[in-house]
Amino acid sequence: MIPSPFEYELADSVEQAVELLGSREGAKVLAGGHSLLPMMRLRIARPSLLVDVGRLHDLSYVREDGDRLLIGALTRYHDLANDPVLQERCGIVAHTASLIGDPQVRHRGTIGGSIAHGDPASDMPAVLLALEAELVVRGPGEERTVAAGDFFRGVFDTALGPQDVLTEIRLPALAGGWSYLKFHRRSQDWATVGVAAVRADGGARVTLTNMGATPLRAAAVEQALADGADPAAAAERAAEGTSPSSDTQGSAEYRRYLVTVLVRRALEEALS
Amino acid sequence: MLTLTDGGGVVHIAVTVNRERREAEVEPRQLLVYFLREQLGLTGTNVGCDTSSCGACTVLLDGESVKSCTVLAVQADGHDVTTIEGLADGDSLHPVQQAFHEQHALQCGYCTPGMVMAVVSFLRENPSPTEEEVRLGLEGNLCRCTGYHNIVKAVLAAAEAQR
Amino acid sequence: MTSVGQSVLRKEDARLLTGQGRYVDNLGAAGMVWAYIVRSPYAHARIVGVDVSKAREADGVVAAFTGGEIEDAWPGGLPCFWPVSDDIKLVKHLPLATDRVRFVGDGVAVVVAESRAAAKDAAELVEVEYEPLPAVTDVAEAPADGAPQIHDDAPGNVAYTWSLVTGDVDKVFGDAEVTVKERYRQQRLIPAAMEPRGTLCEVSAAGDITVTTSTQGPHILRTAFTLVLGIPEAKVRVIAPDVGGAFGSKLDVYAEDVIAITLARKLGRPVKWIEERSEACVATIHGRDMIQEIELAATADGKITGVRTLLTASMGAYLQAVTPGVPLLGAWLYAGCYDVDAYDFHCTGVFTNTTPTDAYRGAGRPEATYAIERAIEALARKVGRSPVEIRRLNFIDSFPADIASGLQIDSGDYHASLDKALEVLDYDAVLAEQQKRRDAKDTKQLGIGFSTYVEMCGLAPSRILGALRYGAGGWESLSVRVLPTGTVQVMSGTTPHGQGHATTFSQIVADRLGVDVGDVEFLSGDTAVVPTGMDTYGSRSLPVGGVALYYASEKVVEKARKIAAHLLEASEDDLDFEAGRFSVKGSPDRGMTIQETAFAAWAAHNLPEGLEPGLEATFVYDPPNFSWPAGCHIAVVEVDTETGDARLHRYVAIDDVGNVINPMIVDGQVHGGIVQGIAQALWEEAVYDESGNLVTGSLLNYLVPSAAELPSFELDRTVSPSPTNPLGVKGVGETGAIASTPAVVNAVVDALSPYGVTDIDMPTTPERVWRAIEAGRG
Repeated sequence: MIPSPFEYELADSVEQAVELLGSREGAKVLAGGHSLLPMMRLRIARPSLLVDVGRLHDLSYVREDGDRLLIGALTRYHDLANDPVLQERCGIVAHTASLIGDPQVRHRGTIGGSIAHGDPASDMPAVLLALEAELVVRGPGEERTVAAGDFFRGVFDTALGPQDVLTEIRLPALAGGWSYLKFHRRSQDWATVGVAAVRADGGARVTLTNMGATPLRAAAVEQALADGADPAAAAERAAEGTSPSSDTQGSAEYRRYLVTVLVRRALEEALS
Repeated sequence: MLTLTDGGGVVHIAVTVNRERREAEVEPRQLLVYFLREQLGLTGTNVGCDTSSCGACTVLLDGESVKSCTVLAVQADGHDVTTIEGLADGDSLHPVQQAFHEQHALQCGYCTPGMVMAVVSFLRENPSPTEEEVRLGLEGNLCRCTGYHNIVKAVLAAAEAQR
Repeated sequence: MTSVGQSVLRKEDARLLTGQGRYVDNLGAAGMVWAYIVRSPYAHARIVGVDVSKAREADGVVAAFTGGEIEDAWPGGLPCFWPVSDDIKLVKHLPLATDRVRFVGDGVAVVVAESRAAAKDAAELVEVEYEPLPAVTDVAEAPADGAPQIHDDAPGNVAYTWSLVTGDVDKVFGDAEVTVKERYRQQRLIPAAMEPRGTLCEVSAAGDITVTTSTQGPHILRTAFTLVLGIPEAKVRVIAPDVGGAFGSKLDVYAEDVIAITLARKLGRPVKWIEERSEACVATIHGRDMIQEIELAATADGKITGVRTLLTASMGAYLQAVTPGVPLLGAWLYAGCYDVDAYDFHCTGVFTNTTPTDAYRGAGRPEATYAIERAIEALARKVGRSPVEIRRLNFIDSFPADIASGLQIDSGDYHASLDKALEVLDYDAVLAEQQKRRDAKDTKQLGIGFSTYVEMCGLAPSRILGALRYGAGGWESLSVRVLPTGTVQVMSGTTPHGQGHATTFSQIVADRLGVDVGDVEFLSGDTAVVPTGMDTYGSRSLPVGGVALYYASEKVVEKARKIAAHLLEASEDDLDFEAGRFSVKGSPDRGMTIQETAFAAWAAHNLPEGLEPGLEATFVYDPPNFSWPAGCHIAVVEVDTETGDARLHRYVAIDDVGNVINPMIVDGQVHGGIVQGIAQALWEEAVYDESGNLVTGSLLNYLVPSAAELPSFELDRTVSPSPTNPLGVKGVGETGAIASTPAVVNAVVDALSPYGVTDIDMPTTPERVWRAIEAGRG
């Protein structure tokens, strides 16, 4: 319950955070803390230094930028779920935010914090992948932009280097339908399987939560749709290329089955 | 593998707790819940798990429910915290506390402070909820005694009373 | 007007609602130090060596001990109070293991430090060398040939065997026109009271020991500490402060209490230990965990003639206080509320490399009820009768009823509760909706599940406990004292941990004495304040303790009557007693209140010859029979036949718990019990992996449900007062958990019956539902 000891620095700016992260081996960024602190309390994570970016309030925003929406990395799930612009122009993100954790978690957890954590059971990464979002990263060098498809590399492994700070998420405004279906046993639980579907030219982009080490693009489903298959037929191919794990929420075999049901339902919702 | 850091050192924080400014030296690893319980002696906020699952430790941070086991005391520096001890107005219970009493929404009482604080926050955000919204709104708080039936009734009654 | 039967709001609430609860972790003592237990990460291993030297050197550490360094403190180890049979293997159970660990979580060393954090930090520095041994966690595999042997003195991992046979079972089964044989798995459960356990031990310079601990059983513990540690019982005071839920799991004599006492005596400082939740998942007892084989013999139209049951029940790695007896508390109930001729029950208790099991809400009776309520529906399917018809055909319907298993049910009316449940549900309408969805091949199918249960609680007649070799009696002691200024104290040997004793018991005494509920003070949970008691378990507080309180109150009234008669110069027979006032028949102006008699009894200036001063009385009540609540619960579930997700749609509970003192509190007990039973049906399961690790070791993956997963419940009652006690009450604390599990699983099976599904293991996870449908489709 009590984390092992660490040092603590409060960052006044992103630049300072980057600098502080370089000051010690094993330094970690602390945002809302709802991904990191649970692991630290169980002493699974033992950072040497926490660099608290939680006071960089100018990183909390949802802005319109033409056809794009810009989300500050420190925007809390609660704020995303209740943001009228987001609800209107990219409802999938607001909706998915409302499904994460519980109200207390959403009052603290930030989109950037959980994206940077790289947990394959986390919902928002699959949504960002389906939206082909861009992630803005500040590190020791120039600010850079990473496509969501390149960002997630493995379990708790992302494109972020040890000194990198995620600052912004850039999304397209959505014109068409969308769906995010989260299957879980208790409301507060992580997804057994999650499916995001976004209507796109000639079909849909479909992505999967917790079907592998990273959020996955259901490429076979997308291809089938592009080839003219109906949602039910396309969904049959949802497990192709996935490598889900087995745990107390379900075996890999069940997940590979379940994902076909959820993809069909998500497509029906997004394409209706 | 243990990698104890030199970690020493404490941080000075000032937190407004139940309308009173409190200053203290805390270890960076001090969790808000233990800061409240052990440094300020406010033991009304209970600890029921170590995985941010049960909600027993729920307090209000700047008026919004948070799990105080998942907030570092240093993160609360400069902020406003309300605990169960700060909810009643003198001798008169807060409408949520009163509704919990009248609807028998507590048995052993261990989850109750966190449950009440979660409800206070929930009703601020949604003053006229449906039963289904109440149930979803309490997804982060576990109770082992009541089966939630009377808790849900109490939340609906408190919403009515506050209108 | 009497408050009995009224929903008096709880006296307990104000404190608990304002954060003034006194749970163990809220308490401290000057100079207090913190203990942290180092636990085995192996399910089974030989301890090669334990080195605490680095921990001893760490910052803030006061002391550190290996099990071997302090084992002299507890020569006999932890006690088991229920040696159920001649063949039982009372294996040694040390608070800290010295040579071998037998489950993940078995303690091996303890570190004591100035702070909670320092103790935890230093515990990581304790070096333990283990030589892993093969382990077995599955109850079905443990007795098999070639299974790892957990205790040298328990060959085949068998802890005991126990049987109960009445009637000519072989003949009944030989003659049977129909038999059904079912095999059910009672998965292992984690009680998960919201407050993890904790203990705080203080030792005075004179050696007086005060243990403040999260327990259901302060009196049992006081005796146990004497037995384990050899301390004179009079030197030990045990306090149960506010206890944050227990459900049986805080009844035990736990290692940590014994360790804390030992450390406090050694170090001369108060010692506190508080369990972390993930620690609680392995260190606090588990419930259930058995394989049940049940066979019914019946006539062709479904009249049951015999029941044969074979249990294989997991003890876990050791025998805790009442571990062996828990499966046997259900031994009489495998025919449920049905009238049968022959009865055969056999149980084998087996050791496994798991956390010990012990009493968990219902203790033996939920398991029995599950088996018979599932099996009777299997029989209904076999003989082509509806779940309602088959029950009506078999109900016991005259009371008191001598049942085949050998006990006597006090009272009941099983048809009445079934009738009422069908009415509240509007059964025909739900059946029509179910048929509509079946016809439409709707993805979301409805299932309707019944549970008509009876259970035996109010533990227990001491003579029966004696016959069962239980190590204590089943009586309860209650005292009533009217203070000189008129307020009333109740000293209760049974201690609450959420049940609302203070309110219910105040209602009982206020009713008898004719005083205000608010003028009654309830005292319990401190052996210095209430020295005698048998504590809280088995739905006994009201039907045993409450009845003791009734009789103690009567004794007070009778003594007050003597005083009033003396002072009013009337004969006792000439006094009326109403609303707390004695008055002379025919002269209502000549009278005095019971409070006035209390003052007179205290002043003692003018008492009847030979009467002792003071107005107080104690009654120790030993119940002549168990109490037998019963009822009918109906679950309606909605199953998503594509994902396998089963959700509760409606839940109707009609309970007959005899007379009700406080309906609000009784309903609250039922609600909570129902959810614990539903949780067993749908969500909860302690899962061990192949190496014996508990993989559901936190509330992240041990799925205690939240409000979001549940509906509101539809409750009502029928009333068959118990004739065995003057209050006419029965126990209610466990009925919900006993009744609900089979109702829900029967409903899931019913929902899936169009797919040919007749059985599904608990919990009925989405995956299990999906597999059942797939298998049913063939």
